[in-house]
Amino acid sequence: MNLVLFLVGVKRKTMNREERLKRQAKIRNFSIIAHIDHGKSTLADRILEKTNALSSREMKDQLLDSMDLERERGITIKLNSVQLKYKAKDGETYIFHLIDTPGHVDFTYEVSRSLAACEGAILVVDAAQGIEAQTLANVYLALDNDLEILPIINKIDLPSADPERVRNEIEEVIGLDASEAVLASAKAGIGIEEILEQVVEKVPAPTGDPDAPLKALIFDSLFDAYRGVVAYIRVVEGTVKAGDKIRMMATGKEFEVVEVGVFSPKAQVQDELTVGDVGFLTASIKNVGDTRVGDTITNAKNGATEALPGYRKLNPMVYCGLYPIDSAKFNDLREALEKLELNDSALQFEPETSQALGFGFRCGFLGLLHMEIIQERIEREFKIDLITTAPSVIYDVIMTDGSQLKVDNPSNMPDPQKIDRVEEPYVKATMMAPNDYVGAIMELCQAKRGIFIDMQYMDETRVNIIYEIPLSEIVYDFFDQLKSNTKGYASFDYELIGYKPSKLVKMDILLNAEKVDALSFIVHKDFAYERGKVIVDKLKDLIPRQQFEVPIQAAIGQKIVARSTIKAMRKNVLAKCYGGDISRKRKLLEKQKEGKKRMKQVGSVEVPQEAFMAVLKMDDNGSKK
Amino acid sequence: MIKAAYIHIPFCEHICHYCDFNKVFLKGQPVDEYLESLEREIKMTLNETPTKHLETIFIGGGTPTALNEQQLEKLCQIIKTHLPYSDETEFTFEANPGDLFEEKLQILYHAGVNRISFGVQTFNEELLKRIGRVHRAKDVFQSIDSAKKTGFKNISIDLIYSLPGQTLSDFKETLETSFRLDIQHYSGYSLIIEPKTVFYNLMRKGQLLSPGEDVEAEMYEVLMEEMVKRGFEQYEISNFSKPGCESKHNLTYWNNEWYYGFGAGAHSYVNGSRISNHGPLKKYMDSVNDRSLPILEKHLVTKVEQMEEEMFLGLRKTAGVSILRFKEKFAENPLSLFEIELKTLIERDLIQVTDQQICLTKKGRLLGNEVFQSFLK
Repeated sequence: MNLVLFLVGVKRKTMNREERLKRQAKIRNFSIIAHIDHGKSTLADRILEKTNALSSREMKDQLLDSMDLERERGITIKLNSVQLKYKAKDGETYIFHLIDTPGHVDFTYEVSRSLAACEGAILVVDAAQGIEAQTLANVYLALDNDLEILPIINKIDLPSADPERVRNEIEEVIGLDASEAVLASAKAGIGIEEILEQVVEKVPAPTGDPDAPLKALIFDSLFDAYRGVVAYIRVVEGTVKAGDKIRMMATGKEFEVVEVGVFSPKAQVQDELTVGDVGFLTASIKNVGDTRVGDTITNAKNGATEALPGYRKLNPMVYCGLYPIDSAKFNDLREALEKLELNDSALQFEPETSQALGFGFRCGFLGLLHMEIIQERIEREFKIDLITTAPSVIYDVIMTDGSQLKVDNPSNMPDPQKIDRVEEPYVKATMMAPNDYVGAIMELCQAKRGIFIDMQYMDETRVNIIYEIPLSEIVYDFFDQLKSNTKGYASFDYELIGYKPSKLVKMDILLNAEKVDALSFIVHKDFAYERGKVIVDKLKDLIPRQQFEVPIQAAIGQKIVARSTIKAMRKNVLAKCYGGDISRKRKLLEKQKEGKKRMKQVGSVEVPQEAFMAVLKMDDNGSKK
Repeated sequence: MIKAAYIHIPFCEHICHYCDFNKVFLKGQPVDEYLESLEREIKMTLNETPTKHLETIFIGGGTPTALNEQQLEKLCQIIKTHLPYSDETEFTFEANPGDLFEEKLQILYHAGVNRISFGVQTFNEELLKRIGRVHRAKDVFQSIDSAKKTGFKNISIDLIYSLPGQTLSDFKETLETSFRLDIQHYSGYSLIIEPKTVFYNLMRKGQLLSPGEDVEAEMYEVLMEEMVKRGFEQYEISNFSKPGCESKHNLTYWNNEWYYGFGAGAHSYVNGSRISNHGPLKKYMDSVNDRSLPILEKHLVTKVEQMEEEMFLGLRKTAGVSILRFKEKFAENPLSLFEIELKTLIERDLIQVTDQQICLTKKGRLLGNEVFQSFLK
C-alpha cells in the first residue's frame, strides 16, 4: 500500500501517434488466476525476479500481497499491478502489465474488473490437486472477458504431482487446449521463462486508438493520505496526462488529473498513459466512492459516449452489528469505520442502537471474509474491542398490506401477524471433491436447506456438485463444515442468484427473562426448535456463572421453544497456599478483573464477546468445535 | 521492624502432580552448596536490613524434610547463628509425612522448632497415588505420633479438596479420619490446576476429571461446618485452628506486614518493596556467591497498592480489615475511600461492615475473588 509513497520522477518524452502505436504492439496485459494455495503469489514473485523488477534486497516473499493481513491469511485483498520490461528471445523488449487479483469469492466482482483490464490470463493449476471450484469460477470470469488463457501446471516438483492427469482435466473439464501447458514449479523456479515467452506469443497486444476520446477502466482504488484517492486504471482508448479534465461516467463527477504513472513496482510518475497502459491516476479525489471499481474515466469535454461494459454498483451481501465493548469508544469506532471506508467502497455502515449493546453500527460487507477482515483491522489498527452480532443477510419482507420491507437486522423483523411472506437470497453453490465425499456433501447441503441442481463427474474420481442454498446458511458455518466433512478436500464457490420465499421466523433469546435484541436471529421454521436448543445450550457454556441463576430461553414470538440455565456462581475464592507470593495473587485478581471488563453488561448479566457470535458457529449436533 | 522470616528449601524426593512451587528433584543436587548460599543470603540481608527479634520463622518447600540429618543440623545452625529468635518465636517446619523419624524430629526440636505442618492432602490411598504423593495414610499417623512423643504441641496438616476423581463422601471420610489425629491446626486448600504441572497437561488433553465448581463449593462448605463442630475456628479462608493456635506466620501475610524470604524463588516484603528471588538454583547460587542479593524482581509498593492489598489480603481473615488500623496505617478512611465498591458489595450480600471491621459475609467467603478484585483500580 505504501508503494505509492515513493514516487520516482522518471519521465519519458511525449510520443506521437506512430510511436504510441509501435509501443502499443509491444504491450502484454495479463493476470494470474488460480485456486487459493495453488501458487499464484509465488509465481508472481518469480516473474518479478525474472524481469529484474526488483533487486533481491527489495524482494520480500510474495511481494504483491502488501497488507499484513493479506500476508497472514495468504490471500490478496487489495489488487496491485506492476509494469515490467521483458527482453524476449526474439530480441525485442516487451512491456508487461501484471495485474493481481484477489483470491476469494467475496471479491468476485473485483476479480472480474481486473480481468477486464487484461488481454490474457495465466491459469495456474496445482499438479497434484488439479482443478478446484475456484479455478473454474475464475476461468469462467476470464472467458467472459474474452481473455486468452495460458494454462500452467504448477508444483510439478511435488512427489504427488500428476501433470498428465491434470492436463487431461484442463482439457476435459474446462475445454481448453492444454497441449502447450507449461510444466512449472514457481517455488523451484522451473518453467518461468517459458511462461513469459508464451505471454509474448499468445497474449494479444491491446487494440484501441490512442487518439480517440479517453476510456480508462478503474479496476481498483485506494486512499493515500497525501494524494487522496489513487485510482488504478487501464487505458482502453485515448491518452491521459496531468492537467487533463476528466469525468467519471457512472457518477458524473469531474476532476483535474494531478499525476499519472505506473508501478514498476515502485510508483513512477509518467507524462502520459495511453492505450494498453496499466497504472495509476490521481486527481485530488477525496472519496473512494467517486472512483468506483468498474467505472469508466473519460474526458470532461468531448468524452466517450459509451462507457466500458460490465460496471455495477457493489452491494453488500452480509450485515452485522459492530458495537464497542466500552460504550465510550463509540466515536472512535465511527472514526475507524470512516477511515476504512476511504479505502473500501464496498464497506457500508450506519449507526444503530441496540437495547442490549447500546450505540453501534450496522455494517454491510461483501461476504464473511470481508467482514472478518474489517473487524480484525478495527481491533488491531484502531485498538477498539468489539462485539459483533451474528451476521445476517437482507430479507425481503412482504407485509399483509402489500408493502415491502428490507430487513438486514433480525431484531427489526416485524410481527409475524403482519407478515405475508419472507423471501431470502439464494446462491448457486459449486462444490468439487473426490467422489468418496459425495454423500457427506449432499447430506450437508440438505441440512442447510439446499436444493439439488446437478452433479457431474469430472473424471473417474472427482465430482462437481451444484446446489442452490440460502445465503444465510452459507453465512453460518457452511464452509467450515464442508471442509471438515470432506477432510479438507472439497473446494467451494458461490454466486448470488436471487430471492426465493422461505418459511422463516425470528428467534429471540432471553437472558434472565429479558429479550436481548442483539442475539435475535432468523431461522427456518422447520429447524427452529433444533437451533433454539443448540443455541441456548451453547450460550450456557459461553456465559460464565453469575452471582444468581440465569435462565436462557429461545422464543418465537411469545412461545418459548428451548430453555437452559446458567447455574449461580458457587465458589471462586482463591483457596490456595501461595506462600508469600502476594504479587502473583494480585496479578491473578487483575486478570480476572480485566476479563470482566471485556464483557458486556446486558441487563443484569455479564456476557462475553464470543456469546454474540454463538449463533454463527452453530453445529447441528450442538457439539462445540 | 520485620517480624517474620520464610526460608525455602527447593528439594523434593518426588514431584506431586499439582505442585507449581519452585522445586527440583533432590537426587544429584548441590544441597550442601545451596545451604551455604542460603547462609550468605541471610547474612547479607540481615546486614542490610537488620531486625531485633523474629516472631515467626517458617521453613517451607519443596520438602524441607527431604534434607538428611547433617543437612538439617546445618540448616538449624545457620538459623541459630544469623536470625534473632527466642522460645517465644513460632518456628514452623513443613514436613512430608513419610520423612520424619525420631532422629530428624530430635534435631528440629532441639533447634527450637515448635510447630510442624504436615502435607497430608488426603487419606484416600487411591487419590494419594493419583496426585503423585508417595506417603501412605498410615505414615501420617506414625509421623504425627512420633512428633507428639518428641514433644511437639502445635501440629498442623494441609488437606486438598476438589482433587480429580474425588467425591464429596471421599472428602468427608478424609476429614473424619483426620479428626482422629488430635491436632491444633488445619489448612484446607482447593486444588488449582497451574501451568507446568502434570495435572495441567492432563487437563489440556481432556484427561482430568475435576469435580467441578458445585462439588468444590459443597466440599468447602462441609469443611467449614465440620471444623466448627470439632472446635476449630476458621480464622482465614483456608485456615482453621484451636483457639490460640492460629499460624502467626501466615497472619503476617494477611495482615499485609513485612517479612523476609530466603532461598531460591522465595518472596519477601521488606522496607515497602515486594521482592522475588531467582528461582533456578544455579542462578540463585551464582548471584549469592557473587556477593549480591539474588533478586529477580523488586517492586516498591505504592500507597494505592498498599491500600488495595490491605483490603484484599485482610478480607481473607474472618476478622476482616480493621478500620482503625487502616486509618492509622494510611491516614485514610477505607469507608469513604472505597465507598462505591463497599456499597455494591453490601448490596450483593458479599461483605458486611461494623463499627470496627469490614469483613466477608458467609456468601462472600465463597465468592471471595468477586470481592477482592473490586478493590483493584
